[in-house]
Amino acid sequence: MFYREAGQFKTSYTADQAAFPIAQDRIFIAIWLFIGFVAVPLLSNEYLFRAIFIPFLILALAALGLNLLVGYCGQVSLGTGAFMAVGAYAAYNFWTRIPGLNPLVAFMLAGGVATIVGILFGIPSLRIKGFYLAVATLAAQFFLDWVFSRIGWFTNYTPSGSIAVPPVELFGFAFASPVSKYLLCLTILVLFAVVAKNIVRGRIGRSWMATRDMDVAAEIIGIRPMYAKLSAFAVSSFFIGVAGALWGFVHLESWEPLAFDINRSFSILFMVIIGGLGSIMGAFLGAAFITVLPLFLNQLPTWIGIEVSTAMISHIEFMIFGALIIFFLAVEPLGMARMWRIGKEKLRLWPFPY
Amino acid sequence: MAQTRALGEPILSMDEISLSFGGVKALTDISLHVREHEILAIIGPNGAGKSSLLNVINGVYHPNRGSVTYKGETRAQMRPHVAASQGIARTFQNIALFKGMSVLDNIMTGRTLKMHAGFFWQCLYYGKALNEEIEHRHKVEEIIDFLQIESIRKTLVGRLPYGLQKRVELGRALAAEPDLLLLDEPMAGMNIEEKEDMSRFVLDVNDEFGTTIVLIEHDMGVVMDLSDRVIVLDYGRKIGDGTPDEVRNNKEVIDAYLGVSS
Amino acid sequence: MAFFIEVLISGLMAGVLYSLVALGFVLIFKASGVFNFAQGAMVLFAALTFVRLIDILSETFAPILLSLAITIVVMIVLAIVIERLVLRPLVNQPGISLFMATLGIAYFLDGFGQSIWGSDVYALDIGIPKDSMFILESVFEGGILVSSEDLVATLIAGVLVATLAIFFQRTRVGRALRAVADDHQAAQSVGIPLNYIWVVVWSVAGLVALVAGAVWGSKLGVQFSLSLIALKALPVLILGGFESVVGAIVGGLIIGVGEKLSEIYLGPIIGGGIENWFAYVLALFFLLFRPQGLFGEKHIDRV
Repeated sequence: MFYREAGQFKTSYTADQAAFPIAQDRIFIAIWLFIGFVAVPLLSNEYLFRAIFIPFLILALAALGLNLLVGYCGQVSLGTGAFMAVGAYAAYNFWTRIPGLNPLVAFMLAGGVATIVGILFGIPSLRIKGFYLAVATLAAQFFLDWVFSRIGWFTNYTPSGSIAVPPVELFGFAFASPVSKYLLCLTILVLFAVVAKNIVRGRIGRSWMATRDMDVAAEIIGIRPMYAKLSAFAVSSFFIGVAGALWGFVHLESWEPLAFDINRSFSILFMVIIGGLGSIMGAFLGAAFITVLPLFLNQLPTWIGIEVSTAMISHIEFMIFGALIIFFLAVEPLGMARMWRIGKEKLRLWPFPY
Repeated sequence: MAQTRALGEPILSMDEISLSFGGVKALTDISLHVREHEILAIIGPNGAGKSSLLNVINGVYHPNRGSVTYKGETRAQMRPHVAASQGIARTFQNIALFKGMSVLDNIMTGRTLKMHAGFFWQCLYYGKALNEEIEHRHKVEEIIDFLQIESIRKTLVGRLPYGLQKRVELGRALAAEPDLLLLDEPMAGMNIEEKEDMSRFVLDVNDEFGTTIVLIEHDMGVVMDLSDRVIVLDYGRKIGDGTPDEVRNNKEVIDAYLGVSS
Repeated sequence: MAFFIEVLISGLMAGVLYSLVALGFVLIFKASGVFNFAQGAMVLFAALTFVRLIDILSETFAPILLSLAITIVVMIVLAIVIERLVLRPLVNQPGISLFMATLGIAYFLDGFGQSIWGSDVYALDIGIPKDSMFILESVFEGGILVSSEDLVATLIAGVLVATLAIFFQRTRVGRALRAVADDHQAAQSVGIPLNYIWVVVWSVAGLVALVAGAVWGSKLGVQFSLSLIALKALPVLILGGFESVVGAIVGGLIIGVGEKLSEIYLGPIIGGGIENWFAYVLALFFLLFRPQGLFGEKHIDRV
């Protein structure tokens, strides 16, 4: 009833190929942007920014990047944490070694470095598929973990091996308050999401999906698997690298290699699976879910008045994540994004039965 | 019947092609020509090497011996994307569509090689990239029109019935505007009506665009009606080559494949 | 020279343990085409169950045997549950979905095992002698130091592998397993009960996990890090090929030796701690040249 395209006639292919051809979707996006840019900053408090909104935005960016690779191009990567680390450490090195460098430029350069590293570790994908590739990306994870914890140059020889940075400063304005950080991350995320949406609905996106669905046939049509796969690794690593730089500079402000270990890789992969493989919206839903769930679990015992140890809560968190992964793969492989779409379909008819 | 069309020079020649997997010989000393604008049918029992032959033509398999001459260029083997960029398109015996994509997107992939907008414009989906998308969308809509699949253009191909999937696959191959179209059992598993439709599409493509077509088919009625020439394979060898009538009366072919009273 | 051989032998022994874990992977992969990321979690779960039951049953007449029996039952029940809740709904899905599902199993089992059995380090003593001895004293000065614990582990692994080989090649169930590995649907259509086969093979993998967990656990103590040993076994699989029992063993030995030698001879040059990634990078390079592994079979893509 409320979500239907009746009466909205598309008179050109341009209109038909728009990102959101249906008016209700456009209104919906506008509402979300309003909530994101206006309502949340006005209503939220410092704790919520630090604990939920900022991590959510940055992890959503990483999940978006990983979804381009896994969901759209079908190449599973377990090295997301390491690629985030590349972004964070590269940004740190650009920033410390080039005095007066605009941090935004440093972030983009860091994304560029992550891109190169991503392509390098993506090369095995030309020979191997599926879980063989997943194992190969684990090599990236362990190797890069070691590089950043053992080779002093990357941490500028800080004795503890941990890195601390002052608040990001752009054009004389220091992004020190949570609200300003939040808005910075939100702006970057929105821009990247638009780029992602544009890429996946164009030629490159189609060549990724074709490679994912049937690589032999794709090659016979003239899609070179090498270009498709490596470009997916490149774009995905860029996103993830920038997310890593933001995670270090904006969210943590001081970090150790442990911040980007294999558990980070898994949790971002889980965001993609639970949120929805091959969906931009899915990356957001998954990131929101996985950011909020642990906080919710931590609060729950106090709300209902029982005493549970933190170790137990983290075990339970593991169990819930595991069970959810299986549930989504078995019942709804396209994740929460698909549930969302089914909901919209229902809305077309509601409140009428047919 | 399209016997009136002028058949041109050979567009593709295979010379003494042999292909084996380990000890299994799939093709033995196959030589053949495909002339421009003709419809050539390849027939033969299962396992005769028909699909392997197509796979050699567009570079999925690399022959152990022999050479392929395509558009005047002789080479020992093709690479699939080279074949594609030189105008060879094909469909598959077991449908090889991209199941997670819509009909429209599937057919659009067929035009990948003709799209050149750079990465920057693609990120913006504006300017060159947008113009290109629209321009190719027009072409693709023509194909959708031709194949009469307008109503399903936004449907995921994984949800379509078999016959329609075959049609979409043909559409994807046509989107590349090929000079040489390879069809691997385009009518397998179809009912009479669907076969009639598909035959009409094949003839129309050949007529309207002058596309050279090589097809593998088991339905002898279809083969005899559609094709200008028929090549018969058995155990990886060529045992017959000629017009449908010649092949129909060839003793060896009857023994190996057709049987009596055909 | 004697030192080199000592390193070599300790590498081989570590390799045997990797092989044990890798074997569990190979079994499941061969029989169900599932790349079971949860093998490590199963090792941890089995070892935890085993060691905690010994504790609980310490008043009874034979705590070790009793808890061994109970743990075996637990692993079989686990296999049944996994078949019911994970494999059955995912039948005929692409391999990569199943792989990600086993990631889910791994997370669940890690959480589940530790929330019932606790997450401390538990010492496991099942009577494997821990003293070391010197061998070949006549050949090298001072002889070569070998821990008898490692020797016992090797012996156990050998017996296990031999049993499994016979099981796979000689029994009816083994043949059915191989058929299922080839093609789920085809195997079903000739009347092989897929569900039963899967329960059998996951049970066997569970038992292998128990053996690996007991051996590793008695060496290092039963703790969460056992679950991570699975990550060490992955390069072994790439090296040996996912479908080859022989490959798992040879690959394990190569990785074990390579790790120890690189740590001792390369480590001082490029910095310590390289054993965490050395195996992976070795396997990665190997993949580029022989994607199917040392003993794997090459697949021909049909179109």
